[in-house]
Amino acid sequence: MGSNVDYGKLKEMAKEFRKEILETIFEAGSGHPGGSLSSIDILIALYFYRMRHDPKNPAWPDRDRFIMSKGHASPAMYVTLAESGYFPKEELKTFRKQGGRLQGHVHCGVPGVEFCTGSLGQGLSVANGMALGARVLKKDFKVFCLLGDGEIQEGQIWEAAMTAGHHRLNNVCAILDYNGVQENGPVNSIKNEEPQAARWRDFGWHTIEIDGHDFKQIVGALDESDTVADKPVMIIAHTIKGRGVSFMEGQAKWHGKAPNKEQLEQALKELEHFGS
Amino acid sequence: MEMVATREAFGKTLVELGSENERIVVLSGDLEDSTRAEYFKKEFPERFFNLGIAEQDIIGTAAGMSMDGLIPFACSFAVFITNRPYDTLRVSVCYNNANVKVIGTHGGITVGPDGATAQCLEDIAITRVLPNIKVVYPVDAVETKKAVRAVAEFEGPVYMRLGRTPYPVITVESDPFIIGKSNMMRDGKDVTMIACGLMVSESLKAAEILAGEGVGARVINMHTIKPIDKEAIIKAAGETGAVVTAEEHQINGGLGGAVSEVLAMNAPVPVEMVAVMDTFGESGEPEELLIKYHLTANDIAAAARRTISRKKS
Repeated sequence: MGSNVDYGKLKEMAKEFRKEILETIFEAGSGHPGGSLSSIDILIALYFYRMRHDPKNPAWPDRDRFIMSKGHASPAMYVTLAESGYFPKEELKTFRKQGGRLQGHVHCGVPGVEFCTGSLGQGLSVANGMALGARVLKKDFKVFCLLGDGEIQEGQIWEAAMTAGHHRLNNVCAILDYNGVQENGPVNSIKNEEPQAARWRDFGWHTIEIDGHDFKQIVGALDESDTVADKPVMIIAHTIKGRGVSFMEGQAKWHGKAPNKEQLEQALKELEHFGS
Repeated sequence: MEMVATREAFGKTLVELGSENERIVVLSGDLEDSTRAEYFKKEFPERFFNLGIAEQDIIGTAAGMSMDGLIPFACSFAVFITNRPYDTLRVSVCYNNANVKVIGTHGGITVGPDGATAQCLEDIAITRVLPNIKVVYPVDAVETKKAVRAVAEFEGPVYMRLGRTPYPVITVESDPFIIGKSNMMRDGKDVTMIACGLMVSESLKAAEILAGEGVGARVINMHTIKPIDKEAIIKAAGETGAVVTAEEHQINGGLGGAVSEVLAMNAPVPVEMVAVMDTFGESGEPEELLIKYHLTANDIAAAARRTISRKKS
């Protein structure tokens, strides 16, 4: 459990993966840095601490599943998978390029990706389906699902929230990337989602609130989620959009825009000191 | 003639499949009593999920189950299971090429007294434009049994339309059913009627009417709208020189559209379409509605006379 974790290594990844995310988006000339930088620490904890998976055998039937429901955070997903060894890191240069596998939104043609996403609001139902399927097949794998805070304005999310609560899907662990900013402004001024945790609890979920950039808290939440016997778990991860780059942090305008050369260099310079 | 609802044959066949294959699972939008998925529910409660009135969630959950290697049948009324979760069908099922079987009962205007909101008249159009999915619409209860098995065996997404009202049984057990391969029900040299669902039996009646006038009509049961049987359509155009399509569906984008696309690009001949003319339905008994909305054998025969008169001499 959490006591054996090499937090120094996770923090080093947090710094390096952020640089790769920005380089990948810069190379593509488009993409979504804000929500990639807010969610990358969660992905690192999942793929390098919690999840049972084997990059050499992506179709291993007993692997834990991860659904990136907010499919525009594809740079974070692809960097994490490349760093895990699912495909060569050089391929990140083909992101969003014609003829490549690394489609603009998370695509199942990429080794390690379980499901194509990109139209918001659909991933939680899919995660539930995999989890219900695990029950039918008597498998013990767990399904993780990352949701965006703007995304949960979609009605299908709440249909799925009811399903998971009703069926007490304790093999589902959703994580909300609660960075508080969507494409055109602050989430709670566009459509209020507070009290966030109470809503999920009312739908039958066990909720855990954490700082989504603090690895000890992320690891602690994932450990706690494994102890919940009869409910699905929602980890509400308070995060910062664009985390790690001063001029991107908390800025809606960096939701879906690539940095130019100068901005990239500035960002990479800042990230040299990230976490120290 | 024996009259049996195709949804009835569907429900019974699903139970047979359930006992033969443990990977079959069924999802319902709280209409399993009407869709007949309740027969499966009674036999295999551990593989049956009533997810409530939430079609987007049903389609998405089915996609997730298929990723585990299960074969989910997602069942509701045609109007709810195609129109409401359309983008989920597009992305979670079709873009992912998920092995999900979408079953829409209560297709067409013969839903009757429930009226326009329950009468699905656009499902064929909106499903057939999506890549990867197949669109199947069995002609009667006997064919439905074979179709349900074929759909379960096929690897990939399928939409199957079924009816509420009993359809005449016009096929026999030994007739083949292959997805994408139409069946000729009657041959003739002057005109071809290409129909689906209940309109196939109406076309057979229309062919009888025309026979009395010395006109020979070929009748094709186009039980698969996608992939459409191009070969049979082109052959019919070449051999009869005139086509009538007939369907319990909007005139735009359905079987008539699919047939006309093939003809326009390969073998242009006069086409007349018997369909609902870009309007919503209303409450009434099925027979009354078929007459009011011009979906009878007489309407098909009249369309045949029109298309024959347009042939180039």
